[in-house]
Amino acid sequence: MTFSIDVAFIIKAIIILLIFAITLLIATYSTYAERKVAAFIQDRIGPNRAGPFGLLQPIADAVKMFFKEDFIPSQANKWLFILGPCLSMLTALMTSAVIPFGDSIKYEAAPGKVWDVAVQAIDVNIGVLYVFGVVSLGVYGIMVGGWASNNKFSLLGAIRAASQNISYEISMGLAIVAILMMTGSLSIRHIVEQQHGGNWNIFYQPLGFIIFITCAFAECNRTPFDLPECETELIGGYHTEYSSMKLGFYLFAEYINMFVSSAMIASLYFGGYNYPGMDWVQAKLVSSMGEITGHNLATLVGTLVFFGKALFFVFFYMWVRWTLPRFR
Amino acid sequence: MDFSTFINNLTPAASFFYVLSFLTILCGLMVVLSKNPIHSVLFLIGTFFCLSGHYVLLNAQFLAAVNIIVYAGAIMVLFLFVIMFLNLRQEDEEAKTNIVKIAATIVGGTLGVIMVGVLRKSQFGTYNPYEFDSQVGMVENLGSILYNDYLLPFELASVLFLIAMIGAVMLGRREAGDRHF
Repeated sequence: MTFSIDVAFIIKAIIILLIFAITLLIATYSTYAERKVAAFIQDRIGPNRAGPFGLLQPIADAVKMFFKEDFIPSQANKWLFILGPCLSMLTALMTSAVIPFGDSIKYEAAPGKVWDVAVQAIDVNIGVLYVFGVVSLGVYGIMVGGWASNNKFSLLGAIRAASQNISYEISMGLAIVAILMMTGSLSIRHIVEQQHGGNWNIFYQPLGFIIFITCAFAECNRTPFDLPECETELIGGYHTEYSSMKLGFYLFAEYINMFVSSAMIASLYFGGYNYPGMDWVQAKLVSSMGEITGHNLATLVGTLVFFGKALFFVFFYMWVRWTLPRFR
Repeated sequence: MDFSTFINNLTPAASFFYVLSFLTILCGLMVVLSKNPIHSVLFLIGTFFCLSGHYVLLNAQFLAAVNIIVYAGAIMVLFLFVIMFLNLRQEDEEAKTNIVKIAATIVGGTLGVIMVGVLRKSQFGTYNPYEFDSQVGMVENLGSILYNDYLLPFELASVLFLIAMIGAVMLGRREAGDRHF
């Protein structure tokens, strides 16, 4: 009995580590993809010096960030100045805990006893509220950092970030209420399971989806709504005074937020790990490879589909950024 | 009872409770004792976090999440917003004269004495552990209780919020002749 619990624990730990690592990896390569997409849209070449196709560019950037001088302004509030980027990073990474990345992994605990482990860090019955709570805390990193810099432009950026996040949170919540009423559950896993078989919420709630994605852009401070850091008015916004890896943390947290919100959009409106014909694929795999291996492979396919959907929305974020002018 | 045996005999939930309570009281004290108002606000946010932890220990997850969304996520952001604009760095010392300090001590001490006096004599309700429903704080149960047993107070409270909202919009509305900044 203790043995089987330990195996479940180890599988869960591996899943959590993988989710963490993949989130960071995707955020790293989003910076590369952002430049490549921008280059493609503006008919340029983009980064192509570091490694084949410039694939080592994010690593070169990270190394450069680490070796820059870490400067703290003399009149700044030192501890809050350090706390700001830490809070941004922390809240960005906390959100992915409740997102279901796949169905479940089966393994044989004892002969004839098959256990299920969900491909998700934790399945809480208030998943959507948890995400909202963490998202509403995300603004503290920006506000604390902007105020602690003791710079007028930073403060203005922080204030703009706060007012923008608070206002768009409300409409985001109202857009999601429709989905909650259709599903009757606050657990994201239930919402995803309920969309099984092509019943994606996008077909039932197209207006809700448009409102939700607009608010997601505003919450991530992405370009049509990049008031907190617009260069033309505020120099750099809340991170004007930041240098070295602290600045890197702020920029990196934005890309993590982008990926996590894309994953949220995919699971709330586009069926999560469901895809057309998944029952057929699962039946085929189970009949040809046996109950356990077949099920696990089908889960893997579903997870890959989920990442495909999420990455499409990451691309959509970039597409909009390099197509639309700023909102003012 | 010896202190080390007390620590060893704690259940996991009880040890969580003691750590959380310690953090709550520490954050609460720091709200009052910090010189910098921004630090006070940040410690107040920490206090709300600890209170949400207590709600989770009581199996009231919905309340915990809503506490964080509403208090830590919205109201405290507005607090921080206002205090950042005030720029209270140097000129706040003159407000704290000795009379103010003495008056604050008396008022706070009286309040503390009253609370201790009330809590000493109060009878805490007991519950039957065999009939107690541990799922009472879950979203579904909370919803059915709110919409069955307490429908009228719930609706009255929402009407009150609506009135407050309309009032805020009326106050903040631009008049016909106002300039646009």
